[in-house]
Amino acid sequence: MVNTPKVNPSDYAPDAHYIKAKGKRIRTRIRPRFYVGALLTTIAACLLLVFAPSAAADGTAIVGTLKGPDGAALTNVSLTVVAEGFTETVSTGADGAFRIEVPKGGKYQLSVDAATLPTGITFSKAEDQNRSILVLMGDKKVLFTFASGTDGGSTTTSSFTWARISQLLVDGLFFGILIALGAVGLNLIFGTTGLTNFSHGELLTLGAFTAIVLNELGLNLIIAAPLAIIISAILWGWGQNKILWKPLRRRKTGLIASMVVTIGLAITIRYILLLFFGGSPRSYQQFAGQSGLEFGPVSITPKSIVFAVLAAIAIAATVIWLQRSRIGKATRAVSDNPALASATGIDVERVISVVWILGAGLAAFAGIYLGSTQDVTWNMGQRLLLVMFAAVTLGGLGTIYGAIVGALVVGMFVQLSTLIIPTEMKTVGALFLMIIILLVRPQGILGRRERVG
Amino acid sequence: MPANGQRALEAQSALATVPRVPGASKPDPILVASSIVRRFGGLSAVDVDHVEVQRGSITALIGPNGAGKTTFFNLLTGFDAPDEGAWSFNGRSMGRLSPYRVARLGMVRTFQLTKALNRLRVIDNMLLGAKGQRGERLWASLFPFLWRGQEVKNTERADVLLKRFSLDAKRGDFAGSLSGGQRKLLEMARALMSEPELIMLDEPMAGVNPALTQSLLQHIKMIREEGSTVLFVEHDMDMVHDISDWVIVMAQGKIIAEGPPGDVMKNSEVIDAYLGSRHEKALTESGESLTTGEIK
Amino acid sequence: MDFSFVIGQSITQALGVTAIIYCLAAMGLNLQFGYTGLLNFGQVAFAAIGAYSIGVIVISFGASLWAAIPIGLLASVALALVLGIPTLRLRADYLAIVTIATSEIIRLMVRSIALRETFGGANGINGKMGQAFHDLNPFHADIELPFLTWTRQDLWVVTVGWSLIAIFTLATWLLVRSPWGRVVKGIREDENAVVSLGKNAYVYKMQALVLGGLLGTVGGIVWAVAKQSVQPDNFVPDVTFFSYTILLLGGAARVFGPIVGAIIFWFLLVFVGEFLNQMIAAGWITFLLPTDVGPIRFILVGLGLMGLMIFRPQGIFGDKRELALDAR
Repeated sequence: MVNTPKVNPSDYAPDAHYIKAKGKRIRTRIRPRFYVGALLTTIAACLLLVFAPSAAADGTAIVGTLKGPDGAALTNVSLTVVAEGFTETVSTGADGAFRIEVPKGGKYQLSVDAATLPTGITFSKAEDQNRSILVLMGDKKVLFTFASGTDGGSTTTSSFTWARISQLLVDGLFFGILIALGAVGLNLIFGTTGLTNFSHGELLTLGAFTAIVLNELGLNLIIAAPLAIIISAILWGWGQNKILWKPLRRRKTGLIASMVVTIGLAITIRYILLLFFGGSPRSYQQFAGQSGLEFGPVSITPKSIVFAVLAAIAIAATVIWLQRSRIGKATRAVSDNPALASATGIDVERVISVVWILGAGLAAFAGIYLGSTQDVTWNMGQRLLLVMFAAVTLGGLGTIYGAIVGALVVGMFVQLSTLIIPTEMKTVGALFLMIIILLVRPQGILGRRERVG
Repeated sequence: MPANGQRALEAQSALATVPRVPGASKPDPILVASSIVRRFGGLSAVDVDHVEVQRGSITALIGPNGAGKTTFFNLLTGFDAPDEGAWSFNGRSMGRLSPYRVARLGMVRTFQLTKALNRLRVIDNMLLGAKGQRGERLWASLFPFLWRGQEVKNTERADVLLKRFSLDAKRGDFAGSLSGGQRKLLEMARALMSEPELIMLDEPMAGVNPALTQSLLQHIKMIREEGSTVLFVEHDMDMVHDISDWVIVMAQGKIIAEGPPGDVMKNSEVIDAYLGSRHEKALTESGESLTTGEIK
Repeated sequence: MDFSFVIGQSITQALGVTAIIYCLAAMGLNLQFGYTGLLNFGQVAFAAIGAYSIGVIVISFGASLWAAIPIGLLASVALALVLGIPTLRLRADYLAIVTIATSEIIRLMVRSIALRETFGGANGINGKMGQAFHDLNPFHADIELPFLTWTRQDLWVVTVGWSLIAIFTLATWLLVRSPWGRVVKGIREDENAVVSLGKNAYVYKMQALVLGGLLGTVGGIVWAVAKQSVQPDNFVPDVTFFSYTILLLGGAARVFGPIVGAIIFWFLLVFVGEFLNQMIAAGWITFLLPTDVGPIRFILVGLGLMGLMIFRPQGIFGDKRELALDAR
């Protein structure tokens, strides 16, 4: 009798076209040219796009922007920086931004004159009013969060305006695209290897830090970012799979054990970064203090637009790659049924390698995006991990469109939820949403029900 | 020859007058299923109009790879939910019952990919099969005197079964250290611990070496002699000839033939289904390949 | 450099309050992960529920500690049910995601400004929440043995803590050797096989989740009573993963695993930390700053967790026969 692997025909319904190649060996010659090509396009796009003049200047400075809980700039707030033999007081400008040039790197005491804050605005964290700041080189960005009213930020009703809603929608869209970058990689790795990767957040962080290193070595971010993506894809993606996951698959380590391993890896990576780079947030030297462009009621920084557009292109390229390219089709075949894919001549290990490269590259992109619009910190990826999981769970574990849809929904939800709940709780909202979806539709919005037996 | 035991003769004579057509009704059915449909995407993996299983018989469910046999098993045992259909066991309606309830009612299954519980000892695998254990309740488990007596009795019964299945020497070993064939035996013995009325074996002979196959067949006959009904899935036609009283043939989700093994083997539709499947590897979903003459 | 101080600190910590709290959390994980195969990545949520129940009820509401403890345990059961109902029917990774998410939800909520009145925001709740317990202290003096120093308060907590662990260990031993234990171990190996034998796996998984969570909650209660202070950032996800490392160090699915693991873990962690500190202070190590010691300890935990899970999931004293099975 013929020894064909036992399969259910329906498993192939959506992908019937690749079965035509059965019998022939599907050649899985990886075409790195495709990915490199996409990256080169990215670089070119970066160079072509005109950035708004950046506030970044030579020298060392403490910079920041004060914004109220409703996103409105806080103007004319007085800040004082003190160090040995150095004192300077400045006021925030019309956009709420401030910049205090300091003579050299070192420890500075930054205090805000609470009396100059608009009435009704208070610090979310009381310790923000006076803090000591370690400045190394370049711009040191300082973050402040404010609350309104005496009950500390829980009153948000007053800010239920169309201007605010449209700002949040745009922010949500951008945040959704950022999450999608991470979630697509997370889902590809899950789809092909079954591994729920709790160290995916660290791929973002590693990408952001790779770019920081290149940036601090003197490369402009426009060069450093694509270079960091390539390095991350190879080093943290391909390398990680090669050194850790491939041997574990060969040992037949179970998926549950592997999940615990991803946790151990995440902890290790995070604290290695903390050890070598320290705990204070860093910023890229270019485009740090950009002020927003006004589109009607919505204010967006040029860098956000550039990053979001490039990210959307990268995601679209990934989807097209999965649909059109030979290795992309092989990837979907492996996600569908690794045993059968292997039996039809697909080199499963090779597909997994490619998926790690792609996943790490996209994650690095997300990390640089996040690091450029916010800060680069040793635990930045960890903070985004659960939001990525929410996106993936929402869309359906293992489905690529699900990850994208889920990411956009979560991004919007997180931002819009601040209309009702305090900003500090916005992640909580997304995680609640995920749990509720699991109750109602465990396979996610676009996922399909699993076969049993 | 156990095949000619009392129960075998009874089953075969009861089935003698049953018409050899798909969906034929049996004199004393233990399991009756009607209009069972399970779709995956746009395809019907299972689409069974009517089927009955005679009590006390060994019934084989055969068909080429991908015919929907395992899916049908999953549906009947509650491990998967059909899109349509109803079925009853011992006259009791079984639709939408959780799989553990199905098992408690006396309809116990095994799996195609053997599910020996690797890091449990062989004897513990066996004891897990026993029904109605007081010590399985959380509070009672803390007070051994409540369940010790029952445990001793279950252990005695398990030892008898292990001896019968020649696993007594492996009693204290981890189940994970057994060979593939021994795991099949263990899984069958474990199912018998629950004293099922209907035992459903999913490819009991798959991956078992020929020497052990004979002994497996003897065990299956023995189960019938003890009064249980056996329904088993197999894709190799020759395997079922020796032991089954009745054969049901599935292809592409439907039941295409029924009858005693000798009759079914001669059925041209069955032969076509098998040959067709060899040529097309059961991956096509069209029903045309069933008609004679189209096979190349 | 003072080597006996390093050893003394290590021993004191290895037997001290922190080790007890982590041991209880790891005992819970042992029931869930070790025996039943449930991947609870949010054990710290159960500890937080316990600690905050004490803090809120005793300090914010001014009620008795003896009322707070049962309320905390009830809250823990409720949390386990809420987590288990949507996820225990799904694949293992859903429970992992939902539990870690819930542990963050709880931490973010108790540290929020909006709920500061009740939970104290980032500063947490501070006050004599364990006074009722310390009033019962039968010890009259501090203990000062070579290598072991505890105040009389610590001595009382440690005595009760290890006694509780002894009782729970006995209960665990009884549970896992009973037919109930056989069922949950079967679920760990293959849930469908157990279901096909007529066991309602869902209920057993829920029981294991509740029991394991309760142990974590007891850990949280010990925390609040011993430290008289609960802060949201004491309950970060890393606490859960420290507990996993402890469990794997002592051996998953071994009754004494969490005890062995907690003692070794805290001995090593404190030893490494103090040793490096002393070396740096003495000028023998110049390439590290005192602030580097913290991250180094975490890196060792991360590497330990990976290494143990890959190479010796049955613990450093585990059974080689089981190791052979895992390699399959």
